Amino acid sequence: MKRLPDWADVVLVPLISVVLAFVISALVILAIGENPVEALQIMLTGALGSAYGWGYTLYYATNFMFTGLAVAVAFHASQFNIGGEGQATLGGLGVAVVCLAFDWPHWTLALAAATVGAAVFGAAWAAVPAWLQAKRGSHIVITTIMFNFIGASLLNYLLVNVMRPVGSMDPATARFPAGAKLPTLFDMTSALGMPLFKSTPVNVTLFIALAACVAVWLLIWRTRLGYMIRAFGRSEPAAVYAGISPVKITMYALLISGALAGMMAINATMGEQKRLILNAVEGAGFIGIAVALMGRSHPFGVFLAALLFGFLFQGGAELALWTTIPRELITVIQALVILFTGALDNMVRMPLERLFLALRRPDGEARR
Amino acid sequence: MTLKQTFLGAAATLALTSGAALADPALIFDLGGKFDKSFNEAAFAGAERWKEETGGTYKELEMQSEAQREQALRRLAETGANPVVMTGFAFGDVLNTVAPDFPDTKFAIIDMVVEQPNVRSVVFTEEQGSYLVGMMAAMASKTGTVGFIGGMDIPLIRKFACGYVQGVKAANPDATVIENMTGTTPAAWNDPVKGAELAKAQKAQGADVIYAAAGGTGIGVLQAAADEGILSIGVDSNQNHLHPGKVLTSMMKRVDNAVYEAFKAGPDLETGINVMDLTAEGVGYSLDDNNAALVTDEMKAAVDAAAEKIKSGEISVHDYMSDNTCPVS
Repeated sequence: MKRLPDWADVVLVPLISVVLAFVISALVILAIGENPVEALQIMLTGALGSAYGWGYTLYYATNFMFTGLAVAVAFHASQFNIGGEGQATLGGLGVAVVCLAFDWPHWTLALAAATVGAAVFGAAWAAVPAWLQAKRGSHIVITTIMFNFIGASLLNYLLVNVMRPVGSMDPATARFPAGAKLPTLFDMTSALGMPLFKSTPVNVTLFIALAACVAVWLLIWRTRLGYMIRAFGRSEPAAVYAGISPVKITMYALLISGALAGMMAINATMGEQKRLILNAVEGAGFIGIAVALMGRSHPFGVFLAALLFGFLFQGGAELALWTTIPRELITVIQALVILFTGALDNMVRMPLERLFLALRRPDGEARR
Repeated sequence: MTLKQTFLGAAATLALTSGAALADPALIFDLGGKFDKSFNEAAFAGAERWKEETGGTYKELEMQSEAQREQALRRLAETGANPVVMTGFAFGDVLNTVAPDFPDTKFAIIDMVVEQPNVRSVVFTEEQGSYLVGMMAAMASKTGTVGFIGGMDIPLIRKFACGYVQGVKAANPDATVIENMTGTTPAAWNDPVKGAELAKAQKAQGADVIYAAAGGTGIGVLQAAADEGILSIGVDSNQNHLHPGKVLTSMMKRVDNAVYEAFKAGPDLETGINVMDLTAEGVGYSLDDNNAALVTDEMKAAVDAAAEKIKSGEISVHDYMSDNTCPVS
């Protein structure tokens, strides 16, 4: 028998965790002499109070959906891919190579090619740690995080020495050609006659992210490969006994994971910055871990958690803009949410399970 | 109902604050951070001076990452802040796309030329100021070897280096100049540990005066030079006070004046390229109680004479960025 009803597992536990995180954050804000109620108001209005705020919230959420899904897929194979940052960085390189290669006639072609570029580069960056894990047993946590540094250094080298346009001082590539400009939601809603999300970066990639959520759900629960990934993740010996190759499944799961992380760059690099810059990922690779944990590795959970973190990111940016709360504290608030939803999950879950059992007992006896 | 009230209340608060912020100037600091004791801090000092004199208020923002430049810039422009001043060449590309969307807002960018009708581009003749401190370095050096430590390896910093070398050679044609750059990315503006290492390495090669043109990294250079008992030269702000009696002088780049003037002009800010040179007192060297004992009368006379000659055009200091080459090394 399940200890918790589904709704409590999916909604109540994360909700209580988030509330706890906010309570502690409020105490910290109070301690530095600012008003926490005002801070929360700024975050809410800044992130959700206007079409503008929603535009940015959705833009960040799109990033987190990709990286969250990436971590979630690897989780199902009980692989802890914390290299989303590096894979997304390389995905950005893939996008830039594709976008700068031709003068694209139409954005749909550019988008299709860039998606492939991002996925291939991201997957390639995950391939080496995956192979080392599958064949050599080198721990995936160690190798993926080391590959983040290698990826950052590689991009650094390429932007400074190879891809920087002549005469530019900024370590960034040239602007992508006009044909590679993705339509923003503002463009799309304007075409429909009801313009929304003006001057925000949320773009057509949001729909790719939503499609990716559905595709990952189909993959994990409706395909043979997904079944094998889950079986392998639950018990390797049982999977081997059933004729599932650990090497193949580890490789498949991590390649898909890397490709998803890489696809984040379509949103950030192609959709927003329109050129490849240093640190385009902005920590989304790591936030993806929190998103996957909070979303319990289910695509719908990832979707909701991505929205929450999108809100935190955009609300935090507004907070930095409108108050004297130092920027470090905004990171603290985000970290507290990660801590409570990810690491301290059981702190909420266990008392809640006891509570539900206590509530259920008389009910169960009555039924008997 | 209560939720709606909260939202309405918050919206009203925001409307009120943004109303009050109307036409206030705004200042955005680049990645080195507001308190880098150098470039960004000079900008901060200019804004504070304006605040003290006029009693006005201004909005400020420190960049957190490369990726948020555009969002920050747009957001400030949308609040009605006017003018919006930003420090650093890295804003150039972003400003080029943002400025046309806000035709009624004036922008000012320091260290970069952005050709938009509502942008004031403030550039400094760093080669002239560096020339002057280069002369002083050569005259103060006993070993005949002086050092230069740059931040990020970009044409702008090579311009500093080139002017410095020209000044050194003008005062002592036989002098040797050791040049090092801290790095190739914006992180090089804020790496005092590496700055200190480079300073120690240059000392080991015989340098006894080191000029740091490296933003926050320079703090480490000045510290290491003071520890090693050699002289250093600060940059952008007056850094003589950091190690009294151990900093020969500072190449003053009056970013504070640029910010102050932009704030003072307000929405009527004159656009176009604004060159802050020696004549406009945009650059120069610093002399105060902290370095008075280090700067001899002979040194001062020579440098002041050179400054006059540069102003009159008798001496022309080569600008590295005009052709990306330096005639001396």
